[in-house]
Amino acid sequence: MDTVISARDVGRVICQTCGNVALISEVRCPRCAHRLSSRDTLSEQKVWAWLIAGLIAYLPANTYPMLLTTQNFRTSESTIIGGVIDLFEHGSYAVAIIVFVASILIPVGKFVVIGYLAILTRKRHRTDPHRLLRYYEVVEFIGRWSMIDVFVVAILTALVQFDVLASINPGIAAVCFALSVVFTMLAAQSFDSRQIWDRLEDGFRHG
Amino acid sequence: MNPLNARRSSDQQGTYSSLIGCPVCDALYRLPVERSAEPSKCQRCGHRLTYGPSTALTWIVSLSVTNVALLFAVLFLPFLELRAGQFDNAVSVIDVVLGFSTGIMVPLALAVLAFILMLPLCRLLLVLYALTPAVLARRNLPGAQRALAWSFILKPWAMAEIFMLGVAVALVKLADLATISIGAAFWMFVVIVLLNAYQDTLSNRHSLWAALTWTR
Repeated sequence: MDTVISARDVGRVICQTCGNVALISEVRCPRCAHRLSSRDTLSEQKVWAWLIAGLIAYLPANTYPMLLTTQNFRTSESTIIGGVIDLFEHGSYAVAIIVFVASILIPVGKFVVIGYLAILTRKRHRTDPHRLLRYYEVVEFIGRWSMIDVFVVAILTALVQFDVLASINPGIAAVCFALSVVFTMLAAQSFDSRQIWDRLEDGFRHG
Repeated sequence: MNPLNARRSSDQQGTYSSLIGCPVCDALYRLPVERSAEPSKCQRCGHRLTYGPSTALTWIVSLSVTNVALLFAVLFLPFLELRAGQFDNAVSVIDVVLGFSTGIMVPLALAVLAFILMLPLCRLLLVLYALTPAVLARRNLPGAQRALAWSFILKPWAMAEIFMLGVAVALVKLADLATISIGAAFWMFVVIVLLNAYQDTLSNRHSLWAALTWTR
């Protein structure tokens, strides 16, 4: 197979929005008018900023109540993990696992993987770029699915509104959790996938 | 499709019009215009660069029209209905959004509205604006390129399919509390999600952009 050369090597830049190949001196893409950058030099800072913001929002999302359930004049609060345990005790194992994966496993996994990618690609590395790209793509694809718990709260709130007899209201954790998901999505989008290949040490070309 | 060769590139300066670049790993390839209708992948990272024939374009536009029509119907039809004893509560998708409409939750209500209705609708309208003239073999409308660019930028923020999974979880949570019947809007939303998924498998950056002829 021929060796692949990068656009930067021949003074070109590829538009991240439309895939157009432009001259490296161009500021905006001549096709879609989007801002061009051969390498996002601020990528690392942006990734960490959004990731830390996401982490800050994620903590109250877990400690404060997600749902306020009023039944027969009594109000009970449930957190994210509390909701998972309730579902498990009800015997709805499949749904309990979906909520557990979407609200706990995916967010925590996202923090770990984005942090790992950002630290690893700071310096020259010898890790298989295809594996790193796989991690990145999984994080980018799966990140949005964490939003499911926020939508569940919205649907329950709208459906169960019978005043003091039975009503469900959203807790403050719903806002925190939604913010955390948005921040970590922005963190994943800030990561410049091109630096996976840029910082690969010579002799570790995997094709 | 061949990777651009560094040694040969010096004598081919100025003939970059047939170049195609991989936005994921920055590899550069030469793709002759006559082969741009064939499917191809980046040899280094496997990112899909082009899809099959341009009939995809017609499909994308017609699916977008269908989805816009369905989305408007969804707004006004009942989505779910909950019955418990003498209580009865039918809600539309709008009611679901308004669940967050008190106090500090208002921004969240707006965000949910955007995620499940507005952004999917915007994406459809942007695609229609950009590609309908191309399908009808007319000249592009002003700003068509910008519109298509934004439809790609908004893609990760349109979460209709995630909302449907949320509905499924909510139904299970309420199953032993009350009787729930599913309204017409629910099934329309399911159709929208499926058609959207099919449309995304047809949409490919290079093929769509090739359809928008452009002059500098």
